[in-house]
This record gives sequence, structure tokens and C-alpha cells, in this order.
Amino acid sequence: MKKTYKIEIDCALCAEKCEEAIKKIDGITSCSVNFITQKMTIEAADGDFDALLKKAVKSAKKIESDFGIEL
Amino acid sequence: MSKKLKKNLKRIIISLVLFAIIFVTNLILKYAFGSTYPYGLGSVLPFKGYEWLLPFFLYFAVYIYIGYDVIIRCGKNIANGQVFDENFLMAIATVGAFGLGIYRALNNQEAEGFDEACAVLLFYQVGEWFQSYAVGKSRKSISSLMDIRPDYANAQRNGEYTAVAPEEVKLGETILIKAGEKIPLDGTVIKGTAAIDTKALTGEALPRDVCPGDSVISGTVNLTGSIYVEVTKEFYNSTVSKILDLVENASSKKSEAEFFISKFAKYYTPTVVISALLLAVIPSVITGDTAVWLYRALSFLVVSCPCALVISIPLSFFAGIGAASGKGILIKGSNYLEKLNHANIFVFDKTGTVTKGSFEVTKVTPKEKTDEILFLAATAEQESNHPIAKSVAAAVTVPPEAGYTLTDIAGAGIIAKKGSDTIYCGNAKLMKTYSIAYTPEMQPGTVIYVAKNGEFKGSILINDTLKEETRKVISQLKRMNAKTVMLTGDNQKTAEAIAKEAEIDEFKAELLPQDKVKEIEALLNNKNPKDVLCFAGDGINDAPALMLSDIGIAMGAVGSDAAVEAADIVLMKDDLRGIAQAKKIAAKTMRIVLQNIVFALGVKLIILLLSAAGITNMWFAVFGDVGVAVIAILNAMRVNRRSKKIAE
Repeated sequence: MKKTYKIEIDCALCAEKCEEAIKKIDGITSCSVNFITQKMTIEAADGDFDALLKKAVKSAKKIESDFGIEL
Repeated sequence: MSKKLKKNLKRIIISLVLFAIIFVTNLILKYAFGSTYPYGLGSVLPFKGYEWLLPFFLYFAVYIYIGYDVIIRCGKNIANGQVFDENFLMAIATVGAFGLGIYRALNNQEAEGFDEACAVLLFYQVGEWFQSYAVGKSRKSISSLMDIRPDYANAQRNGEYTAVAPEEVKLGETILIKAGEKIPLDGTVIKGTAAIDTKALTGEALPRDVCPGDSVISGTVNLTGSIYVEVTKEFYNSTVSKILDLVENASSKKSEAEFFISKFAKYYTPTVVISALLLAVIPSVITGDTAVWLYRALSFLVVSCPCALVISIPLSFFAGIGAASGKGILIKGSNYLEKLNHANIFVFDKTGTVTKGSFEVTKVTPKEKTDEILFLAATAEQESNHPIAKSVAAAVTVPPEAGYTLTDIAGAGIIAKKGSDTIYCGNAKLMKTYSIAYTPEMQPGTVIYVAKNGEFKGSILINDTLKEETRKVISQLKRMNAKTVMLTGDNQKTAEAIAKEAEIDEFKAELLPQDKVKEIEALLNNKNPKDVLCFAGDGINDAPALMLSDIGIAMGAVGSDAAVEAADIVLMKDDLRGIAQAKKIAAKTMRIVLQNIVFALGVKLIILLLSAAGITNMWFAVFGDVGVAVIAILNAMRVNRRSKKIAE
């Protein structure tokens, strides 16, 4: 399953760091955090997508506390 | 301007004013009333030996007001183990500068540097603000180019046409599109006529007229009249969704320049921070002048964020992709834009790409009998649906004569009979079969010989003609040092003639569809590793070739899913000029990307060296951080502006 979310992120470097961190989460197959379009795409195997998303947001917030997401 | 930006702007202005008041008051007191206030503001409070206290508190108060978010974020990041973060480095640098001021004061030196420490953070915030503002602006202006998303569709609900979300409209429903409205879904016109503006999609300036039976594409705009359209594709499947998806995802396919920057960013910050540490410790131990070297090390930290690059490079690509999409050129990733700049072998499919793909009468021999010959041929071929027959029909002005009995001789031509009159119309074989003496046509192309009652009348030469823009585009590409190759299934003679007319360097004729792929494979195998091969085709039967080549360009692919899928660059309009335009945009983008890399790295390096030597101070360093970033962003936006100016 692949989903795209509108996000709020203030710095380009943090976006890359978030992307790296989210990619490392178990169960997430690919992720792109796009600073310019302010969009995040997460691809994961079917299953508990919401839980994975929560994990992703949590690890993003760890890197950039201002990270915001529109669900 | 977003709420956050507005709030920050207010904060910045208040801080700037406060800072200026403190700074100026201090100067006035010190120089105009030097006898009463020898230490400026410091002398206001009657603490002998602690003159630094008041300036420190005043500047520190402004510092906290403007920088509390930086400090908070820094604290959070430390807690999360993110040490090489911009906020953290800025906070260390400025708090360090304050500390240095106090250290000096306590060691009976003049307490200076509070203003600087405060100003550095203030200007950092100003720079950050400009960055957000500029990026926001760019995002908007680029997105407006891609503003093709329809907001609503007028569908029949409870017997009336009401506006609903395009996603809710089902297949087969009828929607109403009034003048001035965007066409929300792909469909077929069932009632009404209108002129459709396809500019947003194809870059084509001329409106297209549609009437019942014609198909319309979502994302285009109805300029005149109301039309009723039967929906043939649901929203998620419609042209507009596909295009938006494609363009929005384009910036996630990274170019080599972007990979370089990401990699560079990873090493740059730690390297600078370690250098700063070394700079603080080693010379201090040798010279014993700790304060001086500590100060220089702090300046290092200020320049240690690679933000200017991390923002401006992807932004330049995004601007290039955005500008291209405004011209009806969809580029599927930054990497293709980068590759296109180096593209130097352009392979074209002939029919429909180099040529119009429709046949036209190009010559009638003998010339003085043109009307008669064409009339006879049109009469004989009046019932034929063959493209050749159609081209003859298109060339005559008078309607063909009725009442003929038409006999189709397979592979040879047609014989038309009426009373005692017989028209023979076909190729050389037909003429030979009926023993008619004919004058062979020597020029390449398809030839029709016409005879009446056994007497040879003349011949018609039919050719697929070049597109109007072909010669110009080929010569443009050649000027950009590219080699051009044409592939075709036509015979050698015809191919040679077309290639010569279009001034294409090489051609390969008599190729079956599968041979085209083999030809491209051969070209790919024989090229230098640095060469980039582009293949442009109209998308019909071209998918394997599009996928195989370094860059596959699908022409006029509106609505052709397979081509859009297989290609790397999609030209919405069936116009070769898009290729030259895309290459120009790629060149502009790459030039600006290079400028930004050189500029940002150069300035940073120079400032690092100068700070290490003690020639520049922290003011320069903060310019090296945010100033450079803002300039690089503004430069990135030139891609957009300059690409818009590229002539057709």
C-alpha cells in the first residue's frame, strides 16, 4: 500500500533526515519526504498501516519537532 | 503568507527595533556623553567593575525573545541525540559568544561581543524567515503552472446539475461544463459545441473546437458555450490525476547532483564542527590566547549548515520541471532533466514523429494536367478508405463523378467503369497488366499512375510530409552538438529522401517494429559511456524502445497510457519543438544548479578560511549561512523565470 500525506516541514535537511529515519522502520518499504512539495509518501506491506504511520510520525518528530502532518 | 510566517515576521521586526534602540543608545551615551558614561550603557548602573552587566542583560533579553524557539529546538534535539543540527550549532555559537563576552569582562578586558552574539541569532532568524518566504513563494508560483486540478464537476443529482467533487462522478454519468469552467473528467461530448483551451495541458495556444462525438480531456478549460459530456474515465484514472501524480512525484526521483548534495551534507557539518573544535583547542594551547581562537571556532559553527545547497538544488530542479510542465512537457524526474542536458544522440521514429504521419499529394506529372489527373484518381478511389486514397480526395476541389462501377484489383489498384469509359488507377503493376505505356515516376514515395481508356494520363506522387517544425528542431539539436538518427519501416529511397529533407544525420530504413528495438540496442552498445541516447516516438508500438533508451520521449501522448507509462519525458503536444525546449530548460536548470553549488560552497569555504585567519567576524559567518541560502534560492527561481521565456 502506498499513501501520500500533506506535511509541514521547515527545513530541507531535516526532511532528508526524516526520510532516512522512516525508511529504517520495520515494515516500511519505502518513504519519501519532499520538502519542496511538502508531501510525504510512505509505502508499506499491507497490514497495520496506521500503526506504521504513527511510528513514522513519531520518528520524524524526534528529528524535527516542528514536523506536522495532515491526516 | 502563512500564520507562522506572519508571527515570525512580527517577532523579527520587534527584535530588530529593540536591538537598534539598545545599540544606538549605547553609542550615544559612549561618544556624546563619554564623560558621564565612559562605558556607554554599562555606566548607567553604578556597579564598578561590573559595567558589562546591563548591556549583557539587555542584549540577552532580545536574544531570548528572538531565539527562544532555536534554544527549545536545540534542547529537544540534544535529548533525541541529533547533535549536528542547525539549531544546536547556532545556539552553541551564540551562547558561546555571550560567554566569551563575560569571560573577557571578568578578565578585565573590555566587555564586547554581546551585540554581535545577539545580532548573529537575529540575522539568522531573518535569513530563515526569508528562506521560508522565498521557498513558499516559489512553491506557489511553480504549482500555479500545474494548476490543472478541477475543483468540482456539475453532475446530475436529483434531476438537476449540481456541483459535486470530481471523485464522486461515476463512469457513464453525464456532466455539464459551462463556459469558463475546467473540464473535470475525461469524456465524450454528447451535446453542445465549445472551444477548448488546452494550454495548461499541452502548451498549445490555439483553442480546439469540439462538437458531439469528440473527446475532451480533463484539465483543459471550456472557453465558450455549454457542453454535456459523458464521462469515460473516473477521476483517479483521468488524465488530470495521472499528470498531477506524475509531476508531483517527479521531484522524488533524484538527480546525481541531489545525491551529491545529500552525501556532501552528511559529511560537511561534522567536518566543520570537528575543525572548529581543533581550531578552539590547538592554537589556544600554543598561543595561550584562548578567547581569540574560541571566537574563531564559534564563527565556524555558524557556517556549518549546508542548508543553502540542500534547499536550492532540489528547488532548481523542481522549478525546471515546473516550467517544463507549463509548456506541456512532463518530465518524470530530476534525473531525466539532468540527463537530458547531456543528451547527444537523438533517435526519431519517422512516421508521426519526424513526419506528419498522414499522406499528402506532393507532385502530379505532367503538371498542366493536374486537375484532370486528380479528378480521375479521386473518381476511381471514391469508395476507398486507404490513407492514399484519402490524400487524393483531400487534394481535389471538385467532387468525384458518380455512377462508376469500381473494381478493386488487389495489390495493383482500381478500375472504374461507366458506359464506354474506363479509368485505370494504380501502381506500375496495373499499368503493365493492361499494357499501358506509362512514364515511370523516379522520385521516392508512393506513386499512382492514372490512365483512361488505355491512354496514359499521368502520375501522382504521394508522400508523408515533414512536420513544419522538423527542420528547425533538427538544426537546433545539431547546434547543441547532438547527432540525429531516424528509424523507419519505409523503403530505403523514401527514408533517404525524408532524412535528407529534414537534414537528419543518419537513417535506418526497412525496419520491422522489432528491428527498431534492435537498432536502439545497437546504438546503445556502440555509444560512449558518457553519451546519452534519447528516443522520441509517438508512443504507438514504441513502448519497448521508449523504455530501452536512456531517455524515452513520448510525443503527443495525451490519453495514451502505455506511452505515458513507458516514457521518461512526455510531450503533451505532438510537436517536436518540445524536445528542443526541454533540452534548453534542462541546460538552464543545470547551469543554475552548478552556479549554486559553486557559489554556496565557495562562499562558505572563503568565510571559513577568513574566520580561521581572524580577518572576518561572526557577521560574515551568518551571511555565509543564511545569506548564501537566500541568494541561492533566488537564483534557483531564475530557472522558472528564464524557462518561461524560452521561445517555441
